[in-house]
Amino acid sequence: MAKSKPQAVTPSQTWWLLAAALSALLPLTPHVPYWLSALALTLLGGRAVLNRTQRRLPARFWLILLTFAGSAGVLAQFRTLFGQNPGVALLVLFLALKPLETRTRRDGLAVIFLCYFLVLAQFFFAQSIATAAMTVATIVAVTAALGSLADGRARPADLLRRSGLMLLQAAPFMLLLFVLFPRVQGPLWGLPRDAFSALTGLSDSMAPGSISNLSQSDAIAFRAKFSETPPRDLLYWRGPVLTEFDGRTWRPEGRLALPRLAYAPQGPLIEYEVTLEAHAKRWLFALELPGNLPSDSLMTGDYQLLARTPVTTRLRYSVTSHTAMAAGREESSAVLQRALALPGDFNPRTRALGQGWRDQDKTDEAVLEAATRFFLTQGLSYSLTPPLLGRHGVDEFLFESRQGFCEHFSGAFVFALRAAGLPARVVTGYQGGETNPFDGYFTVRQYDAHAWAEVWLKDRGWTRIDPTALSVPSRISQNLAAAVPAGSPLPLLTRADLAWLRELRLRFDAVANTWNQWVIGYNPERQREFLNRLGMRAPDWRQMTATLAVLAGLVLLGLTAWALRQRRRVDAAQRAWLRLGRRLGRRGLPRTPWEAPLAYADRIAVRFPESAAEIRAISALYGRVRYGNLDPVLLDELKTRIARFQP
Amino acid sequence: MRLTAAVQERFIRWALRVHPPEPAPVVLTQRRVYVLPTRAGIGYAASLVVMLLGAMNYNLSLGYALTFLLAGLGVTAILHTFRNLAYISLAPGRTEPVFAGDSARFTLLLHNMRSDERRQIRLHLAGGMPATAEMVDVAARSSAAVRLGVAATERGWLALPRVTLDTIWPLGLIRAWAYAAPDARCLVYPRPANATVPPPPASGGRSGGAANMPAGSEDFLALRGHQLADPPRHVAWKTAARLGADAPLMTKQYADPAAETVWLDWDALPAAMPAEERLSWLTRWVLDAHAAGLSWGLRLPGAQLAPAGGEVQLHACLRRLALHGKE
Repeated sequence: MAKSKPQAVTPSQTWWLLAAALSALLPLTPHVPYWLSALALTLLGGRAVLNRTQRRLPARFWLILLTFAGSAGVLAQFRTLFGQNPGVALLVLFLALKPLETRTRRDGLAVIFLCYFLVLAQFFFAQSIATAAMTVATIVAVTAALGSLADGRARPADLLRRSGLMLLQAAPFMLLLFVLFPRVQGPLWGLPRDAFSALTGLSDSMAPGSISNLSQSDAIAFRAKFSETPPRDLLYWRGPVLTEFDGRTWRPEGRLALPRLAYAPQGPLIEYEVTLEAHAKRWLFALELPGNLPSDSLMTGDYQLLARTPVTTRLRYSVTSHTAMAAGREESSAVLQRALALPGDFNPRTRALGQGWRDQDKTDEAVLEAATRFFLTQGLSYSLTPPLLGRHGVDEFLFESRQGFCEHFSGAFVFALRAAGLPARVVTGYQGGETNPFDGYFTVRQYDAHAWAEVWLKDRGWTRIDPTALSVPSRISQNLAAAVPAGSPLPLLTRADLAWLRELRLRFDAVANTWNQWVIGYNPERQREFLNRLGMRAPDWRQMTATLAVLAGLVLLGLTAWALRQRRRVDAAQRAWLRLGRRLGRRGLPRTPWEAPLAYADRIAVRFPESAAEIRAISALYGRVRYGNLDPVLLDELKTRIARFQP
Repeated sequence: MRLTAAVQERFIRWALRVHPPEPAPVVLTQRRVYVLPTRAGIGYAASLVVMLLGAMNYNLSLGYALTFLLAGLGVTAILHTFRNLAYISLAPGRTEPVFAGDSARFTLLLHNMRSDERRQIRLHLAGGMPATAEMVDVAARSSAAVRLGVAATERGWLALPRVTLDTIWPLGLIRAWAYAAPDARCLVYPRPANATVPPPPASGGRSGGAANMPAGSEDFLALRGHQLADPPRHVAWKTAARLGADAPLMTKQYADPAAETVWLDWDALPAAMPAEERLSWLTRWVLDAHAAGLSWGLRLPGAQLAPAGGEVQLHACLRRLALHGKE
């Protein structure tokens, strides 16, 4: 259809393209290598100078050279050109280079489309409300630039206004499509390995310092929605179970995971729904011990819930828990053997301590009792900044520094019990959390990360013992802040003296959670659930598409009516004039259809001499309004004068 | 190729919805405005598909939102582009006559009854090159005049070819277009014969009106540059003799043009001459007579214009020549 030859871009269109490119590039600068950001901004600046001075664009040779040099840089940085991060870096490079060879409108369109792609790329790094707001500004600017390509003479303010208006009108379509477009659970093809490299959370091993690092972060680990929040001392969110110890680091056993529970649940039932933040690992968190498997999950022999694939997006699952621990009474000897293993010549004093307990008391319960008593009376204190420990870390903690974080407590406890011949293992996860009063969601943050111990007793199976709770009960009964000495560097949210900040943060969290639940977390399941609530029974893609079509059609109809609303106003003058005729008709002086306005006015003037001047003025005004350029001010004047005309 | 051209022609005739030419003003109602994506629009849609796949693969909820917002923008663009053209009204304006071989300039008045400006409306004529298209903005509740050039090849009435109005405003993704055939025509005078044609024969029967005039009654007014059609009797031979052979000839002008009356006669031309050529010669003579400030009469088969001078006579004669045998 478009059969014109390529049109050159004008300087003002080039300014628009540069502004669009800048607005798309700036938000990405923290996420691409710094040299690339600098290069991109320099290239755009260079193009701006060329545009200002109206000098010729560089020869193709230089652009090819820059493209290869930039790509080589990306390759050197990421060791590959494929994948999410190198892909974004390459797009940034291309968007910075493209304006330097943009001569025609068609090139300009390529710049615009690249800008839209880079807006999408921003969502790889963040999908918060702030990101969304920032992208809206970018989209308005890019769309205005697209408009400038079609209308080179338009004023910038008009382009921005038009772009804003059109996007506003596009919003209802976006809303409908967002809610009703049948969602597909990704990924459609394999994700690159670097897709989720920037996530924090528990790691799958525990060494001194690994959990206390997390205690500085108030990032949210997951949220739970309870019908009734259980007491705090039951809030043990089970995560990785660590059995193997090499003298310094605790690691999980490689256990087979099966799609069924590894025990018969007992005790009171708690039902809740967890919204887990992406952490790029497979484990799911649930209160000890889970009573069912959430969909698409497995359970290991040491009672860890695992997703089938790493949790790379926010994940929602329903789960139940039974707070009475009753599992593993008939544990295999191989498992117990591994739960007793101690590495060679580490921590001789603790080994001796354990041996001593065993020598004194023959029963497991008595040994456990002795261990518990030891932890209660040893005068251990809780610290976010424990001193560095050497080769015999457990010995140094228990007998010298006596300061530690939960990983020290649990590690030492399990070590001592193993030395006493009791099978034990470390369990990591989260403990506690708090209810956000603004939306009722129970929120667990990274600083709630915790480690405790699990002991196997012949009659009771695996039993939870929290050595931290023994030594520092306030860590469990209250929170982290209550457990550490005053003046420790704490995350802001745990500090009691900043109540207003806390409240602000909780409010913000509630909003962010709503956003996460309903916008970011709007996946196939939530879509089904939401449409169900709206009254669609068993919504499938056919029903969704049909509803979508009908509703989008209605919106389109409304907008079309807006688009074509017009013209009636042109004849407003005539309507006013006819009204005057009808009114005077009731007084015996009707307007005849063939009568020209001036002639009619003359007739009125003869009949009502005292109003002659006014009616002549009105009829002259009518002529101007009706047959001249339509001026709304004059039209209004005409209407009021006709309404007021009472001869 | 010929088939698609025929199909296209049929579509256009159907799309016009009325038999051309249409009485003025031509209002482009919504049923006459068509929309299709431009190449840029197709590229835009393709980009959106890629973005949707990306959003699906990476489970980017905001990616979905972005794609859907841009899809909505595309739909809105259809409406805005459509609205930019719909209900514009089109009336032919004054068109000056031209000579065959020149370009007829048709004036069209676009009237915008809406209180929003209409921007970037492009007009071009059927068969015209796109390069000749005119771009125009029409301010709110006002009119704009557009001139469209058509090559005038033949004398007589030249009807305005079918006009295509189109616009890709505001985003360039969608093209809206409409056809109109307003009732406008341009009078095309015959192409004047070469300036080297001999002057009308003064001896042509009763034609040499000047011969009846007493020679002394002419009041000499001034000298002006000689034109080939000037009667030889008016050449200032004395001046020429004084200035030498290389100097241009001068023509004497007389104060009373009516004194110099010529008859330009169809039959004065050689009998073997074809009609169009005769008209061409007569046109040249009429122009020259007017330029010389003469008074002249025109005699055509079945028509005669009494001798007179000036613009009115000029255009009356040219019109008669243009329409000779065509009415």
